[in-house]
Amino acid sequence: MNQTKSSGCACGGSVTILLPCSGAADTGEIADRAARKFAQGGCAGMFCLAGVGANISGFIASAKGADRLLVLDGCNLDCARKTLAEKGITANIIHLRVTDMGFVKGKSPATAEHVDTVVAELGKKLTASL
Amino acid sequence: MLIQILGPGCFKCQKLEENARQAAMELNLDFHIEKIKDLQQIMTFGVMITPALVVDGVVKVAGKVPGVEDIKKLLAKK
Repeated sequence: MNQTKSSGCACGGSVTILLPCSGAADTGEIADRAARKFAQGGCAGMFCLAGVGANISGFIASAKGADRLLVLDGCNLDCARKTLAEKGITANIIHLRVTDMGFVKGKSPATAEHVDTVVAELGKKLTASL
Repeated sequence: MLIQILGPGCFKCQKLEENARQAAMELNLDFHIEKIKDLQQIMTFGVMITPALVVDGVVKVAGKVPGVEDIKKLLAKK
């Protein structure tokens, strides 16, 4: 089963989940769209960061149970990473920032080209962690 | 106490159920174990990785199979 859309059984291989900040700014939009596109490839499952923030036990337990958390923030406010840290989730995190990839917040529309650049970075980071 | 085991019924799910039952028995708890295999129902808990252990509606663990002693601690915390 694909963890992108529904529950994944941890019986088989390792489980990687993807948590973009999905912020309102253009770089947040890039993060969201890149995460969704990357998840479609099947290497990681899109995850509900809002569910973690809302203190829903299932989301928090699932995040703690994942083998790898690909955390993608749009800017250096690091809302996604900090939301996880608030719930004690700090292990197994691979953290990326859209603004660390040369994008400037407020001046970087979420074009397909920009999204693809971030998707490629996600792939590189994940591959390096394996 | 309601203990729910979420998962498709694989080896890990069975092991989690076994460990949870053992833990609850060792603590002399009045408990009932329910297995939930339906994915739509599993997702209503916010669980995205199975197997998962739910105690009285609260998801305690997902994607892992804690040992009996660890589960006893989780049940005692309640």
